[in-house]
Amino acid sequence: MPLLALRSISKRFSSHQALEDVSLEVDAGEVVAIIGRSGSGKSTLLRCINGLEKVDGGTIEFDGKPCDPRRLRELRREIGIVFQSYNLFPHLSVERNITLGLTAAKGMPIAEAQRLARKVLRMVDLEDKIAAYPLRLSGGQQQRVAIARALAMEPRLVLFDEITAALDAELIGEVIQVLDKLARDGMTMVLVTHEMGFARRSADTIVFMHQGRIWEKGAPASLFGAPATAELASFIDAILAVDPARRRRIG
Amino acid sequence: MGRTFGTQEFLYLLKAIPWTLLLSLGALAGGAFVGLFIAILRTAPSRLLRGLATGYIEIFQGTPVLMQLFVTYYGLAVLFNIRVDAWPAVLLAFTLYSGAFLGEIWRGSIQAIPRPQWEAAACLSLSFPKQLWYVILPQAARISIPPTVGFAVQLIKSTSIAAIIGFVELTRAGQLMTNTTFKPMIVYPIVAALYFILCWPLSLLARTLERRIDATLGIKKHF
Repeated sequence: MPLLALRSISKRFSSHQALEDVSLEVDAGEVVAIIGRSGSGKSTLLRCINGLEKVDGGTIEFDGKPCDPRRLRELRREIGIVFQSYNLFPHLSVERNITLGLTAAKGMPIAEAQRLARKVLRMVDLEDKIAAYPLRLSGGQQQRVAIARALAMEPRLVLFDEITAALDAELIGEVIQVLDKLARDGMTMVLVTHEMGFARRSADTIVFMHQGRIWEKGAPASLFGAPATAELASFIDAILAVDPARRRRIG
Repeated sequence: MGRTFGTQEFLYLLKAIPWTLLLSLGALAGGAFVGLFIAILRTAPSRLLRGLATGYIEIFQGTPVLMQLFVTYYGLAVLFNIRVDAWPAVLLAFTLYSGAFLGEIWRGSIQAIPRPQWEAAACLSLSFPKQLWYVILPQAARISIPPTVGFAVQLIKSTSIAAIIGFVELTRAGQLMTNTTFKPMIVYPIVAALYFILCWPLSLLARTLERRIDATLGIKKHF
């Protein structure tokens, strides 16, 4: 049984059909990378999974049970998300950013939450920034804190929404490293990303979206090696053309 | 020929200051209560509640505070057929007036917090009241410091209007001293200076507080 199953979901924003008949299954431990041009529905898809957007049609099942919009809070304990713009709470220290969900939503005692915060910060190599305020950190560090915050909730699935897109080129590597490590550790992840190198190296499945639909899906080697559609081929060309650094990272 | 303006007269003015402060503080406290209520109603999902709160704000922002004072002072007397003291009437009038302004200031501050902050809080499985309490209100409070203090300063000065219905605060004390000394050009500048001494530290405090919070959190201003 897949951990997450999207069955024919659709989503419309006034006149724009953002998602159309999207079906996707994600197994426990699987890493799925969603790629595609901007406006192809990648982020909307991710936001539908944890209820930030309501779907117009189709169903979403998590762990075999249909997602009930009235029980979103329970679902969000199991599904974490990391955003492109980090969305850390600027008025709280790094530690409190991480412990807030644990104490206020999960009812964990503060001492235990603080121990857990230290542990997840060690995983992203930022234990020394535990007392800092988010805006004092670099973009890469803020994003690693955001990852730590999501991990601290001990989710069974983590969504990553273009988490390196807002970062300077030299800071992308440190975030990608964390993602690689999570993938190796068997975390179930669904990522929207433009990091083709990471996708090829660490993803089990690549999903190429185009015009709100899943256009192609498959293992990285076959998808990147032999795109079946002209749309994917031209997308890959476009990505490599604008950023030679990515060409190096794609390996 | 009236009395000269001496130490006695000056002390009389000083003794009126607590009434100005008490009225301002009372109106601010009451107004904060009403204002928070109004701010939350203004962001409520129900159209009726939003409409009521908006109506309240329009009325109190769109009419002179002096008229509001008259209406509460005489209105209470007529409604309940009792003679109302000046003190509860002015306190009520300024509380309702403050509530409208603070409500609008705080609604703006809450709505100025970017939507992703709500989303991030929701994604940590926080309930709506907890999102508001832990994530939104503290940030809204920070950005509402300058306009809130600005309003408090306005309010201290506006309480001088209470003099008209005979409530003895700083301005009324000034009027009384002018009547006995016939020296308006000595009395009123002193009264004005006393208001300045009340208001100026508040503005300073707000600026210091804002700077300190920004420095701690690492918030950079562009100008």
